[in-house]
Amino acid sequence: MKIATNPTTENSINSHQRPTMNTLEIIDIHAEVDGQKILKGLSLTISSGQIHTIMGPNGSGKSTLCKVLMGHPKYEVTKGEALFNGENILEMEPEERAKLGLFLGFQHPIEIAGVTLGNFLRHSKMAITGEKIGPVAFMKTMKAKTEELGMHRSFIGRGVNEGFSGGEKKRTEIAQMAVLEPKIALLDEIDSGLDIDALEIVSEGINKNFEQTNCGILLITHYQRILNYIKPHHVHIMHDGRIIKSGGAELAQELEDNGYKKYV
Amino acid sequence: MSRVPTQTHDLIKDTLSNYKFGFKTETKPVYKAPKGLSEEVIREISRQKDEPEWMLEYRLKAYEIFKKKPMPEWGGNVKALDLDNIYYYIRPQDTEKTDWNEVPSEIKTTFERLGIPQAEKEFLAGTGAQFESEVVYHSLHQSLKDQGVIFESTDEALKKYPELFKKYFGTVIPAHDNKFSALNSAVWSGGSFIYVPEGVHIELPLQAYFRINAENMGQFERTLIIVEKGASIHYIEGCTAPTYSSESLHSAVVEIIVNEGGRCQYTTIQNWSNNIYNLVTKRAFAYKNAEMFWLDCNIGSKLTMKYPAVYLLGEGARGEIQSLAFSGAKQHQDTGAKIIHAAPNTSSKIVSKSVCKDGGRGTYRGLIQVNKGATGVKSHIACDALLLDGDSRSDTYPTMKIEEDDVAIAHEATVTKIGEEQLFYLQTRGLDEQEAASMIVNGFAKPIIKEFPMEYALELTRLLELEMTGSVG
Repeated sequence: MKIATNPTTENSINSHQRPTMNTLEIIDIHAEVDGQKILKGLSLTISSGQIHTIMGPNGSGKSTLCKVLMGHPKYEVTKGEALFNGENILEMEPEERAKLGLFLGFQHPIEIAGVTLGNFLRHSKMAITGEKIGPVAFMKTMKAKTEELGMHRSFIGRGVNEGFSGGEKKRTEIAQMAVLEPKIALLDEIDSGLDIDALEIVSEGINKNFEQTNCGILLITHYQRILNYIKPHHVHIMHDGRIIKSGGAELAQELEDNGYKKYV
Repeated sequence: MSRVPTQTHDLIKDTLSNYKFGFKTETKPVYKAPKGLSEEVIREISRQKDEPEWMLEYRLKAYEIFKKKPMPEWGGNVKALDLDNIYYYIRPQDTEKTDWNEVPSEIKTTFERLGIPQAEKEFLAGTGAQFESEVVYHSLHQSLKDQGVIFESTDEALKKYPELFKKYFGTVIPAHDNKFSALNSAVWSGGSFIYVPEGVHIELPLQAYFRINAENMGQFERTLIIVEKGASIHYIEGCTAPTYSSESLHSAVVEIIVNEGGRCQYTTIQNWSNNIYNLVTKRAFAYKNAEMFWLDCNIGSKLTMKYPAVYLLGEGARGEIQSLAFSGAKQHQDTGAKIIHAAPNTSSKIVSKSVCKDGGRGTYRGLIQVNKGATGVKSHIACDALLLDGDSRSDTYPTMKIEEDDVAIAHEATVTKIGEEQLFYLQTRGLDEQEAASMIVNGFAKPIIKEFPMEYALELTRLLELEMTGSVG
């Protein structure tokens, strides 16, 4: 496990010192949507300074796990707990979870027409930190974060995901993560729809954020590809609503060589 | 960066009522006609105003037309409107003033609460303030007077400029146009009369504010704007009223003439209380290479029926109508736009956006007409509706009458229901459901809001936020 001893800060906005350790404990969680059972007893603990990867075939419940942890109203948790630093979050509204420090990078980011990315994110940052941030100072941070992700700064003034390509949407998710500095980030297929260059940039963005903030990351993916850039500490294979095997980084390579069949 | 919803969230929470303009003012009107409409009431209005004989005759003729025309069967439901239970004329003070200090203090205070004298100082070239039936205060920058600009209440203009008045009055919207234009023609009182001489550009907006104060009041302002060759003007009207349990009526007629190469922008920020029937006729004639732009924002009222029109009468004329309507519980905004292309190479653009929540109803009713001989016409129409819950309703009735082949017309319409996924996305970023919904509504309305002068754009954004407080979805 890697713990950054002295997270670097770049400017006044991203200067919040993190407590050294945050933990999200998922205990035997069962969840369903429209009466269909999707999660069937999943347990997993993610802490600061850890990158976990969940891999698994389509329909194994990976995205559902993300939505359940963030509090999507359509998903019903029928059993189990999710504790953030010991506090049960399952009864909380999504925004309360965000304020605790949870973040979800969406597989399919949503368009919000007419609401500029910069504006939206400034209010988001203010809501999460409970502090006022002037637009000028915020603009500086935004500019730096978007440029790191190879995005033109004009994105800041565009509607949230409005007319963005698939790759641009994913970069924007990571730019949001970089600005919001979550304690635990859930990244749902952040690699899908990215070409190789974009994948590298997005991965670098995630790594940089990880190093700077020492957050915990749950990386959900279909493919081993992104793991060429992001080195997980723990790899889990998910199938039919459960984690059926866990291991170190080497498990991902095994999966790549053998496919899921061996495990499911 | 422009302003965003959550900035004023605390303010919203502190606001007890959604409608902050609903306060009443105790007044001592100098004259109040008995309720209901009769020839005697009309004669008394004319007598009080000391009008020329022709105007009294015009009123009485219009009254006859009004009596003959049936209530409209289309549009919103006007059945509950009891026309016998309306005061058709209330005179709040003796004469119109040009100094706020001469306006009765309770009326002056009312306009101060509405921010009118402040706006006048800060960014207006001229100001009119109408209370009940009469304009109580009027001003115009001296530099504009020196250039020959006329900005008066319509009553004053009839006295001071009888020939100019008679030349244009009722020429764009005749009394027999519809039931409510006939009513207005019979009992009109107040409103603005504007004349912009050839080549004069009025840089700052002129504004008139219309305040209904009494219960069961009928306000019938009459506005006439004449823009001469190559001249330009931006006129803004604002309207509010106290909240009562029974209905009031606002029925204006607005006539505009834009001559060759002239430009007129007419901006409305209507924020009536929810007991007002707002039945308004607005129409502009645009001649060669002239431009008419209606920017129309409808928040509030019980029922609004309003379809600003532009008749493109000269080659190269351009008409644009942008409107934003917000319908909450028990409200119906039946609004739209009409463009008549009566000359070649004329162009038009219509943007209509409506937001409905808590069972509110929004209707877009539009007409694009291209007359024979009007070749090379271009028109673009976009109507978008945003529904915030399953009880709300949106309808679109676009009509096209095209008598020429050589035309390019595009029509787009969308109805969107505010999505669980959109709300969830914003909530995962720390915004609560109300902030999220408010942000989505503001984003939806933004293309129209950004057309308003900055001061009004801020006010509008805030108004939308106030409308958004309370339950969502």
